[in-house]
Amino acid sequence: MSDLDRSQVNLRVNRQVNLRVQRGAVGETLRFETHDVPFEPGQSVLDALRWVRANVDPSLAIRYSCINANACKECMMRVDGKTVYACLAKLEAREMVVEPLPNKPLVRDLVTEVAPSDEELHQR
Amino acid sequence: MHLTTDVLVIGAGGAGMYAALEAARLGVNVLLIDRSLIGRGGATVMAQMTVAAAVGGECPDHWQHHLVDTLRAGRGLCDPALARVICEDGLECILEMDAWGVGWARKEGRFTQVMAPGHDRPRCVYVDFLNTGPAVSRILRTQLIRSPGSIRRVGDLLVTSLETQGGGCVGATALHLSSGELVTIGAAATVMATGGLTRLYRRNSASANMGGDGYALALRAGAALLDMEFVQFFPIGHLAPRMIGMDPIMWDPFRYKLGGRLLNGNREEFVQNYGAAVSDKYIVTRDLATYAITKEVEAGRGSPNGGAYLSFEHLSAEVLREAFGPVIDRIANNGIDLTKRPIEVAPIAHYHMGGIQVDAQMRTTLAGLFAAGEAVGGANGANRLSGNAITEALAFGRRAGRNAAQDALAGGALRWDGARHDSHWYTDGPSSLNFNPAQMLVELQALMADEVGPFRTEAGLQRALDRLTAMRAEVGEVPPKGTGGLDCVRIDWFDLFQMLLVAEVVTRAALLRTESRGAHQREDFPGLDDSWRLNQVVNTDGNQLNFERRLVPASVPILDPVEVV
Repeated sequence: MSDLDRSQVNLRVNRQVNLRVQRGAVGETLRFETHDVPFEPGQSVLDALRWVRANVDPSLAIRYSCINANACKECMMRVDGKTVYACLAKLEAREMVVEPLPNKPLVRDLVTEVAPSDEELHQR
Repeated sequence: MHLTTDVLVIGAGGAGMYAALEAARLGVNVLLIDRSLIGRGGATVMAQMTVAAAVGGECPDHWQHHLVDTLRAGRGLCDPALARVICEDGLECILEMDAWGVGWARKEGRFTQVMAPGHDRPRCVYVDFLNTGPAVSRILRTQLIRSPGSIRRVGDLLVTSLETQGGGCVGATALHLSSGELVTIGAAATVMATGGLTRLYRRNSASANMGGDGYALALRAGAALLDMEFVQFFPIGHLAPRMIGMDPIMWDPFRYKLGGRLLNGNREEFVQNYGAAVSDKYIVTRDLATYAITKEVEAGRGSPNGGAYLSFEHLSAEVLREAFGPVIDRIANNGIDLTKRPIEVAPIAHYHMGGIQVDAQMRTTLAGLFAAGEAVGGANGANRLSGNAITEALAFGRRAGRNAAQDALAGGALRWDGARHDSHWYTDGPSSLNFNPAQMLVELQALMADEVGPFRTEAGLQRALDRLTAMRAEVGEVPPKGTGGLDCVRIDWFDLFQMLLVAEVVTRAALLRTESRGAHQREDFPGLDDSWRLNQVVNTDGNQLNFERRLVPASVPILDPVEVV
């Protein structure tokens, strides 16, 4: 086994992320849910949220289209109190708190209205 | 809510935005919709670099040279009239984009163009650094906003069906994602610009919006699709180590500018063992490189994560920085120093050559429905030439928009009033699903990658069909009842409903084509079979898929390239 291979194996230790996620739609009582997500180095917070949807609860509302290329700009949210793109936020093996943007109208869970107002169906 | 327009454009990537601009120039009302943000959700914004056009920046060129290369890459299956639109109209669009200020890279006033695999000369313009897609999207969106015409842009609309009356398309029904409400849209003409289907595959370079819904919508409404078996795999998609914030096809531009060495797990060069010419330049075509990497992995000579190494270790940090500037910092933030270690790459689903059948005016076989961009089938045959995707988005979009507007101006087209909407999808439905649709999407992607990837066998394709049939039965015909805005379970259901149909079409077409050609490789039918120089056309009567074979349309006259230099 080359050094390169060994370094990658050593990184794959069994750790997890405790993801505290805000849930609830506009008009509902907001609450937090915690999910234990397997941790792999190099993953993004978006990867972890997608893992939760596919493995635990598909009703968790997130939105993205480019997945991890930071092109679509749809996955903007708050991670540990900072506004980030979830696809650029590095996942870490600890508790991470994920919330929707505080300054945009809430739709559901982590999704807020981010479209320019002249591109909305119901113009504000 | 009901909306009425002259021209409805579905999909706001490069093709849809150009179609909207061109239609509005003719003075009609245009409604441009997308399930994501306008200009952000399609494949265009994700384009890294190359856009093929015979602008002659590096050396004399002519669109007919570009056409010869496009037809050759297509392995005998291109519709020459459509390929010509890419090369001839595409050239005009690239120059128009330049006039709008897109910022194509230049040196001493002339366009800088790179040599891409399959081209006979440097022909691909780009915007530095790895900024082609964002720049193209931004300039088109700016033009939409500045357009003196009547263009309304609305995001967040997921079209769930096209509406037909009297044998023609009269509009669409859509789910408004952020409120969950039903929106009906009546239109004299509709342009389908929804992109390709690469989301069907586990590893893909496109956005999550590209599950092929436009193909399913068109097929169900009565339009024909063709050559659906030809899915292009991009050979050197990023595999390892994990990176965030980077597009997986980012290494292509690195190869254009810097060459780089493709090595197997033993650190040996190998593409020459599969018939590629040995060169320090990046000339190996996509289908051949995909084949070579896959075969090395099968032979136990892959890299640790099941691909090949791509090495730039022979280059200095200065050379890397000059070529890619701030991109080098983004790579470093992911813990990667390209001068010290290779990265791993492997084939990744990238583009779909097949799609909606159109004539050279972008008319589908369903009256009132046009198609543009990657949604169109036939232009690129069995293998797309590097750099033709953005060019075709612009060229097809412009033509589709113009013809759709002319139809609307001619009058006589039916325009749906929304009243005869009979979909039970917005009224009935179970209160929950007994399966996880997000998980089923992951399963579908794994199934397609494993059994309907670049290398296929009858047994594998049959296994895929059996499983697809079972999944379709589980998904059923009725979505779960809506629960308001951003109801991801309901959205996933609609995606699965469309994707499972498209997956079945791809799989059945692949099963029928008993030869290997371009992006479609049958391990049980190796080699190209001349009697298969045919397009496969598929229609549905609502119950079953009907496949027919069509002779490839005759070639357009091409001047001797020497004459057109």
